[in-house]
Amino acid sequence: MIDALTANQAAAIAAKLARIEVAAVYPITPQTTISEMMAEMVSRGELDARFMLMESEHSAMSALIGASYVGARTFTATSSHGLALMHEVLMWASGVRRPIVMPVAARTIGGPWNIWGEHMDVITERDVGWMQFYCENNQEVLDTVLMAYKVSEDPSVMLPAMVVIDGFILTHTVDAVSVPEQHLVDEYLPSFNPDPVLNIDDPRRFGGLIMPDWWTEFRYRIALDMEGAKKRIQEADAEFGKIFGRNYGGLVENYRTDDADVVLVIAGSAAGTAKEVVDHLRDEGLRVGVARMRVFRPFPSEEIAELNSKDVIGVFDRSYTFGDGGAMFNEVRSAMHGSDNIIKNYVGGLGGRDVTAAHIEWIFRNMLDILDNGLDRKIEWVGLRDGSGRW
Amino acid sequence: MIEIRFHGRGGQGAVLASEILARAAIMEGANASAFPFFGVERKGSPVTAFCRIDDRPIRLHTGIYEPDHVVVLDQALIQLTDVLTGLKDDGTVLVNSPHDPEDLGLSTDCKIDTVDATSIALERRLGSKSSPIVNTAILGGFARQCEFVPIKAILDSIRYMAPIKKEENAKAALEAYNRWRE
Repeated sequence: MIDALTANQAAAIAAKLARIEVAAVYPITPQTTISEMMAEMVSRGELDARFMLMESEHSAMSALIGASYVGARTFTATSSHGLALMHEVLMWASGVRRPIVMPVAARTIGGPWNIWGEHMDVITERDVGWMQFYCENNQEVLDTVLMAYKVSEDPSVMLPAMVVIDGFILTHTVDAVSVPEQHLVDEYLPSFNPDPVLNIDDPRRFGGLIMPDWWTEFRYRIALDMEGAKKRIQEADAEFGKIFGRNYGGLVENYRTDDADVVLVIAGSAAGTAKEVVDHLRDEGLRVGVARMRVFRPFPSEEIAELNSKDVIGVFDRSYTFGDGGAMFNEVRSAMHGSDNIIKNYVGGLGGRDVTAAHIEWIFRNMLDILDNGLDRKIEWVGLRDGSGRW
Repeated sequence: MIEIRFHGRGGQGAVLASEILARAAIMEGANASAFPFFGVERKGSPVTAFCRIDDRPIRLHTGIYEPDHVVVLDQALIQLTDVLTGLKDDGTVLVNSPHDPEDLGLSTDCKIDTVDATSIALERRLGSKSSPIVNTAILGGFARQCEFVPIKAILDSIRYMAPIKKEENAKAALEAYNRWRE
């Protein structure tokens, strides 16, 4: 059925279709409408789940770890400062291998105050052992929540996942969304039956003290399983396509990259705008393409290395991490180490600033200029008021 | 692609109007997106909302800077903001006003129409006397002015999305549609 939904509504409906059993939430803009819709669905009896309004995001995530131990399929959503407050519990969730799925309405972290969209909150949590899926549109949000449960709960993975929804740009935008039928979702996503579970009749100890003689092996297993998740994500995407008739290209979606000389690596909603610009520039005969970073954790090293043959690669960061360029730029550059192409970092779309088609067209023309004349500068902040601020 | 910009005041329902229009288009088999200018919400302050309608899936996730159509829910906003900013040369303007288009003080060659959405909303007791909810009435006028989303689809969308007084809101839209004066 085609419906007109915001991405937040799509995320909540996906949680219902996934038959989640426990939702523990704490409201924060621009995520709050997900929590509200979960509460409504439970109170109206449309969703047979336990809904818990907690006193903080830290508590919400803690509650889900416990619920997941008992064997419940668990759900929450957060954003910005809420995600930051969860930080230590996020590491617990992955460390004790709980497959929690959490949409994050990606937003700034203050100060000063700014409630609008960028990727700083989620990029900051790239190292906590969670998978990260970045969505381009509302349909992908609904579909990715389902895929995320499929991958997270795979016995070979058992790691939590964030579904990144660009704050306001997607969370508060109505778009056409195809809502799948429940029986097809049930076919795609069987119930969650972990073994062992927390059970007072069969007591076991979970999450206890790990001495130095085993800790490295624990971390190694997470690293191995995060790597293994790449294949599971590709399979989950392919199987989704078979059942629902649409899929997303696995970890990286290549758009008109085959014969492209220059390719822009970009994540989230701005990738849609970038595709429109690619079509427009292709009409002029310019060989440009987009590699949409759909999954940032696990990092798609192989897919990025396949771009080695391109002469110029641009990487768009919708956050800045005060390193030698942005976080996505650095990881892409790392994965391309040894190739002789030129890689440049573009930073923009911060704190709700619109990433316009004009900005992206400027980026592509800049990359084409680099193709002819060599790298002008390593890092470019796009759309600054005075046009400066690059180095 | 058709791009529409709504100007209203916080509380008049401009954002919901953009969403009702998008839903109507989607239910007619088109693709559409609707989004507000992501500002800070305050009752009475100027609000902008947007809607895109196209045959193809909407991939643009960026603001609308050169709309085809402008819809103004409060005539007084014409003095406060430049409602014509970026409007395409062959665009249209629809203003909620009891006056004739030429009396609005808008200098443009674009087609301007007016519809008295406030009177219709007051007759239907939508909102309060001091702040009537005019979004559904003006959508009826917009359906008549632009004729690319059928009034029936608009009425169905209003019945689905209006939080209260669904039938009264639908009737307000239909009246604005029927009272249209060329």
